[in-house]
Amino acid sequence: MRARLAIALTAAAALTLTACSGGDTDSESTEGAGGGDSIRIGIKFDQPGLGFQDGSDYTGFDVGVATYVAEQLGYSADQIEWVESPSAQRETMLQTGQVDMIFATYSITDERKEVVSFAGPYFVAGQDLLVAADDDSISGPEDLEGKNLCSVTGSTSAQRIKDEYAAGTNLLEQPGYAECVTALVAGSVDAVTTDDIILAGLAAIPANEGQVKVVGNPFSEENYGIGLPQDNEICEDVNAAVEQMFEDGTWEQLLEDNVGASGYVPNADLNPPAVEPCA
Amino acid sequence: MDEGYLAQFLSLFEQFDVLAAFWVNIQLTAYAAVLALVLGTVLAVMRISPVPSLRWAGATYVTLLRNTPLTIIIVFCVLGLWGQLGITLSADFQTNFFRLAAIGLGVYHAAFVCEALRSGVNTVPVGQAEAARAIGLGFWPAARLVILPQAFRGAVAPLGNVLIALIKNSTVAAAGSVAEASGLMRTMIEFRPDVILAVFFVFALGFVVLVVPVGLLTTSLSRRLAVAR
Repeated sequence: MRARLAIALTAAAALTLTACSGGDTDSESTEGAGGGDSIRIGIKFDQPGLGFQDGSDYTGFDVGVATYVAEQLGYSADQIEWVESPSAQRETMLQTGQVDMIFATYSITDERKEVVSFAGPYFVAGQDLLVAADDDSISGPEDLEGKNLCSVTGSTSAQRIKDEYAAGTNLLEQPGYAECVTALVAGSVDAVTTDDIILAGLAAIPANEGQVKVVGNPFSEENYGIGLPQDNEICEDVNAAVEQMFEDGTWEQLLEDNVGASGYVPNADLNPPAVEPCA
Repeated sequence: MDEGYLAQFLSLFEQFDVLAAFWVNIQLTAYAAVLALVLGTVLAVMRISPVPSLRWAGATYVTLLRNTPLTIIIVFCVLGLWGQLGITLSADFQTNFFRLAAIGLGVYHAAFVCEALRSGVNTVPVGQAEAARAIGLGFWPAARLVILPQAFRGAVAPLGNVLIALIKNSTVAAAGSVAEASGLMRTMIEFRPDVILAVFFVFALGFVVLVVPVGLLTTSLSRRLAVAR
């Protein structure tokens, strides 16, 4: 019995160690992009207006941008395999080759650059607030003192408000933004916070139309990048496709089609952004 | 990955209050366990009672709660009880969510405690109940003095399993806006994806540390307390 326990523990430790050391050696497995018959693209399935699974269809701004970029890389729309990539799994999915690219409101940060590469950015969002349509008392994060605010567990957004603007905010954390909007419509929270374009997507769905509005006073800069595995060979091509998308008007059309119904207008000083050169 | 593993762990503990998050899980578990034990015992007595309507009510509770996903119960506590019905258990926002989540965990696990106790009752020979009746005890004195004491001793191992499940399920409280370990893990993955394996290891280790002693303790208790027959 004791011997078996020792073997089990050794095996577990060995697995952990090999898994850890894999970080810098597993780049061979990512050559799928560029060749092959189909391309796997990671998107969110639960963000209306950005990445949303609607029956067997996928809709949203991220989906539109991804389809355009994939077409520039030589994949037709029916060669795209959409894969759900929740926030917490995005780096892992790129590192293990489960997806070739990720378009999922993926902000470029230094910590993430340690383990994945980014093309783009293709959009600059800003953190903003969603409030009830008839609420004029909240015009920015400073007005949240003593009010109830909803955000998603583990997101950067709520923490930023507590740290930098209103320490006395009551924070409700929910698994998803749909629950937050439910609480907002029910009146149990006063505001929902995350990136403005995500809020605009939520405000644009028919069930919420006219009930909620985006405040329109963004207080951060989130550069949405295209997540790629490290040591990829397609970063330059993806950047070229993004630039072409800005030039031929597709980008504006995609925004209008997907989040236009909420009345949301992206920050024109920052959008469309200049793409960063590939590292 | 040029940092050593140890440096990665230390940087995580420096940046985030991991122990405080686990302490919330321990507190949730403690409150929910007391509630589940009390409620579960009442349910078990109802289920073995001679009154058909009580048996039916107990069975309905257990069947309904046991087959409802815990996440739905916790989300109902927050979005339903607090959000829609306005039930507030504390003036402090976070304490309110903590209590709602503890109640959600408690009522859910009460169904499992009830079934564990019923399995304990099954270890008590029928002759014990017959003997109790033969000396003139009614149902309640017989249950309290003869059946339940033996049933609890026979049910230590399954009750321990319920407790272990409760410790792990306390992470579902993140769905009810309680800042506990799994919520912190999500935050850590969001901010430090560069050391993701260290993050997972911290939480795996944390739960091993919490769960293994409970398993060892209940196993040894169940051996020591079992009624020799």
